[in-house]
Amino acid sequence: MSSELRYTANTQLEHLHARYTGTGHADLSKYDWLTHQHRDTLATVVGHPTLTSFLAIADGEATGRVKFEMTERMLQPCGPPPAKDED
Amino acid sequence: MHLYNLTLQHATAAPQAIVGNFSGARQQEIIVSHGTRLELLRPDVQTGKITTVIASDAFGSIRSLAAFRLTGGNKDYAIVGSDSGRIVILDYDPKTSAFVKVHQETFGKSGARRIVPGQYLAVDPKGRSVMIAAMEKAKLVYILNRDAAANLTISSPLEAHRNAAIIHHIVGVDVGFENPMFAALEVDYTESDQDPTGEAFNNADKLLTYYELDLGLNHVVRKWSEPTDPRANLLVQVPGGQLASSDRYDGPSGVLHRVPIPRRKHPLEDKDRGVIITSAVMHKMKGAFFFLLQSEEGDLFKVTIDHEDEEVKTLKIKYFDTVPIASSLCILKSGFLFVAAEFGNHQLYQFQKLGDDDIEPEFSSTDYPSFGMSEPTLALPRAYFRPRPLENLALADEMESLNPILDAKVMNLLPNSDSPQIFTACGRGARSTFRTLRHGLEVEETVSSDLPGIPNAVWTTKVKEDDPFDSYIILSFVNGTLVLSIGETIEEVQDTGFLSSAPTLAVQQIGADALLQVHPHGIRHVLADRRVNEWRVPQGKTIVAASTNKRQVVVALSSAELVYFELDLDGQLNEYQDRKAMGSTVLALSIGEVPEGRQRTPFLAVGCEDQTVRIISLDPESTLETISLQALTAPPSAICIADMLDASINRSQPTMFVNIGLQNGVLLRTVLDPQNGQLTDTRTRFLGTRPVRLIRVQIQHQPAILALSSRTWLNYTHQNLMHFTPLIFDNLDYAWSFSAELSPEGLIGITGSVLRIFQIPKLGTKLKQDAMPLTYTPRKFISHPTNNYFYCIEADHRVLGEAAVEQKLQELRAKGQTIDEEVLNLPPEQFGRPKAPAGTWASCIRIIDPVEGKTVSVVHLDNNEAAFSLAILPFAARNNELHLVVGTAQDTFLSPRSCTSGFFRTYSFTNEGTGLELLHKTETDDVPLSLMGFQGRLVAGVGRALRIYEMGKKKLLRKVENKTFGSAIVSLNTQGSRILVGDMQESVSFAVYKAPENRLLVFADDTQPRWITCSTMVDYTTVAAGDRFGNVFINRLDLKVSDQVDDDPTGAGILHEKGLLMGAPHKTKMLCHFHVGDMVTSIHKVSLVAGGREVLLYTGLHGTVGILVPLVSKEDVDFISTLEQHIRTEQTSLVGRDHLAWRGYYVPVKATVDGDLCEMFARLPPSKQSAIASELDRTVNEVLKKLEQLRVTASGF
Repeated sequence: MSSELRYTANTQLEHLHARYTGTGHADLSKYDWLTHQHRDTLATVVGHPTLTSFLAIADGEATGRVKFEMTERMLQPCGPPPAKDED
Repeated sequence: MHLYNLTLQHATAAPQAIVGNFSGARQQEIIVSHGTRLELLRPDVQTGKITTVIASDAFGSIRSLAAFRLTGGNKDYAIVGSDSGRIVILDYDPKTSAFVKVHQETFGKSGARRIVPGQYLAVDPKGRSVMIAAMEKAKLVYILNRDAAANLTISSPLEAHRNAAIIHHIVGVDVGFENPMFAALEVDYTESDQDPTGEAFNNADKLLTYYELDLGLNHVVRKWSEPTDPRANLLVQVPGGQLASSDRYDGPSGVLHRVPIPRRKHPLEDKDRGVIITSAVMHKMKGAFFFLLQSEEGDLFKVTIDHEDEEVKTLKIKYFDTVPIASSLCILKSGFLFVAAEFGNHQLYQFQKLGDDDIEPEFSSTDYPSFGMSEPTLALPRAYFRPRPLENLALADEMESLNPILDAKVMNLLPNSDSPQIFTACGRGARSTFRTLRHGLEVEETVSSDLPGIPNAVWTTKVKEDDPFDSYIILSFVNGTLVLSIGETIEEVQDTGFLSSAPTLAVQQIGADALLQVHPHGIRHVLADRRVNEWRVPQGKTIVAASTNKRQVVVALSSAELVYFELDLDGQLNEYQDRKAMGSTVLALSIGEVPEGRQRTPFLAVGCEDQTVRIISLDPESTLETISLQALTAPPSAICIADMLDASINRSQPTMFVNIGLQNGVLLRTVLDPQNGQLTDTRTRFLGTRPVRLIRVQIQHQPAILALSSRTWLNYTHQNLMHFTPLIFDNLDYAWSFSAELSPEGLIGITGSVLRIFQIPKLGTKLKQDAMPLTYTPRKFISHPTNNYFYCIEADHRVLGEAAVEQKLQELRAKGQTIDEEVLNLPPEQFGRPKAPAGTWASCIRIIDPVEGKTVSVVHLDNNEAAFSLAILPFAARNNELHLVVGTAQDTFLSPRSCTSGFFRTYSFTNEGTGLELLHKTETDDVPLSLMGFQGRLVAGVGRALRIYEMGKKKLLRKVENKTFGSAIVSLNTQGSRILVGDMQESVSFAVYKAPENRLLVFADDTQPRWITCSTMVDYTTVAAGDRFGNVFINRLDLKVSDQVDDDPTGAGILHEKGLLMGAPHKTKMLCHFHVGDMVTSIHKVSLVAGGREVLLYTGLHGTVGILVPLVSKEDVDFISTLEQHIRTEQTSLVGRDHLAWRGYYVPVKATVDGDLCEMFARLPPSKQSAIASELDRTVNEVLKKLEQLRVTASGF
């Protein structure tokens, strides 16, 4: 791969990452990956009526409440991010 | 192995419902999404009953629905957001009675993904554009318009994306004819993702953002963004905006008014808990509007806004009524409220009043400083109301819904039933029910009265052709005939002209105003003036069979001759000059009704003792000539010609069917070709053990056929397709139509010496439900091997148990608080139980008598214990006496799963199973989620450990344990010494118990992770299981491995074998896989028809009941899978989902044919049908016959 090509491929990749939220890359941190996973899962639970019903029955809550709490949890599903190293 | 999937009962849950004028008529209709299916409902304004107009499979998951009407239009379209990555606009075409896809625009990948729109839909109230949004970031706006030919057009999408924003809700803002505007409730996560201190997360703003679609520039701009309450969850459109000429309100001015959501004044209220609104509906009337909001407890609140032009003066909220918790509320202009319940039956209410002038306290924003906005970050002081029974609404109709089915059993327990029933534990919380499903139509009996003797036939007749109702009931006995007149009372009459001293063979209202009676010795033609013309049978002969219609009479004599009469224009009955000798005794005769505008029906069908049916011409050119002949396998007992509509054969006009009932209980249905009189397309069905009797009746103004054998069947047309369903009613000896003022659509029948008048209220349903209430959400139930009782465990999370309630009340009383008994005693089925904090449980064990449909006894669990599993098993240590073991856990939390202690409660049966006696409780360290009897011991899945327990004096004694399972054991099956273990996340593993060494070893598992919900053994090496994402699959163990494991006496071989792929040494192979679309909650291997093949029956959470039928021959597999392939290309999904991708949602579909899709063949246009059939080298009829045969032989449906 010529350096030029690598350069264009990279910009494309960045563009793709901005476009497709949740796509991973080589330097993804564990925290980011996990957060993406959780957000994807929560979104799919809200998106499938059977899964929301299932959770609502198990938990004894209304489906509307389950959907709401799931959506709220998407904001920060895995707690605050780890502190960045100083360097 | 190849399977054929057929849905017997489609999902009945309603995740969403919308209202609109979809057929373009004045009347409003409701479209309900059943998750994977769309149903159009029409509420009858007069009777307040809901009828289904059509229901069609979407073959995709419907996530959002919106009704949409173009400016100035008079018809609503339905916009569907689904998991197909496409937006679809549907139009209901009343002519063909089908949903037509008007537009289908692709915007993204398929699947319910985070950033692919489809989750939310919002339409502009003026019908100019629609916004479709994802859970995060993506929002697309489409402009809708009409072209010169008034067709709906759709633009290319305009993006209104906002990166890193989680979308809670969107709504169209009413701005009149200004640029369309949408509001979205969003939270940005960029900052909280970067801030390790968590401060940004705590301060994250929930923004109310307005997006304006600039129609001139054709793009979307983010207009304003305004932080709002961090726990906001729902937006509701407020009408207005027509006067938006002033720029005074150009821009947000923050929240203007705020009122609290009132809370129930309940003595057991959990004060730490908030209340949210889960659904809302706005209703516009002339010059006014109001909102109904529903809280998560089911309370409806009426919200009104007082305003002067655009300026809001006050916002008011008051309690309205309490209805079941809805997923959607729909208000109809005719004064009805449709509640699409999230669980349980859906309900239609009628507004009695609008709660305008009652004493209910009203909370107004003007009661609070600065309209409730003086301190926006703090909650307003709590407002309370007293819940009470319905006052403003009255229940008008109910739609049965099985949703959710949590467990099921298939057994034949009811007396006099030759097919098994499906027993289901349904519902959630206090609305839970235990339902018995039986294949058949519900029958409503209106009259049942004893007769002096045992009649052998019954007829009803009008006196004149144009009478609206029947006047006489004629009963034929062995030695006489009785005539009853229908009036205010039913009484015997004498002077009717009928011969009463002989039995009757046929009764007919003939011509304009005459009556006809056929008796063994002649025919009496009773004219309007009571004169009687009698035709007498020649000496020594009698009439053995007769068939009549309005203009024709055919009788068969004992000398095997046919005599034919026809009514002439003067109303005289004339005998045809020749008599036809049949050469064999005639057993049955039938002529059809006279076609509209004709003189006669041209065909007569004659069934003879020589096991033939002959079609004989009645045409004047060729009277009494034999046209065709069909040989039978047994002597016929009845024949019935009827013209009925079946769209799969001919969609424009009725087809002439010749139904032939045989003496061995088999029914043949053939089609009579009106051109050449040939019989084609014969289909057979076994009806019962008695000779078949066939009667032509009218059901809902359509011809139908009652077939009587040891069961009564009805053959009728519903939604243009032919159905054949048994009636759930006593056996009838004879029946006829019955039409009187009180029962215009009834039927009359005789069973023994009882005369019964009944009707069939719900055509189209295939499973009749009988429900019995339960206290809490049923979790599992089990049948007793010897008595017929079911033992059911019920448990509800976040609910206080009986003992806890008592204790809490006592505490309150001790504190000197007065307790509002009236509120406390409100029926929980309607109001639910007060919510308690997480970790609180109410639970009981119930003994159910399924035959009587009642509870025998209930054992409530105390100490905050909840039951999760149960088993009935013999303990070898107790002489194989049967015991009930219930697995419970105390103070359980669901996520992460924890409990202070699990228990096995061991009960012995008392009083022949009607009572339980607790022997002992055994503590465990985790929640026991599955139990099973195994070789006189108990095998239990306790959390992730599999253990075997032996019965002891004070406890169960742990004998052996295996802790290699992934997360939690949820299902157990056994054969021999093999145990199949279903793990919550790690699929089904095969374990074996080696008694000599007391080893419990896992020797095979699956290559895929599976979130098992239920499993059953198909045979010794094969398991069928369902998972949480709606798949069913079949795994098989290699026979060699199976033998090898069985041959190893100590299990040392398995113990030292090397694991494969970080699991057990052997792997099972997946044979079949299919995505059902509903979470499978139970799966059974049963035979549904007497003597039929065994099939796999599964139930789904949302109310699906389906079967998987094994295909027997390679030929069938080839045929049916090629057919599926062809229909797949013809019949595209309503929501634009690729069928193959839908059925292979998580894993590619394997060796399973979608029968629901194949059955769509009957609804395809004829040209496509014949094209597909010729590809298959068959005729259309052969294809239809094959499909029907597959369904009937497997399920009897």
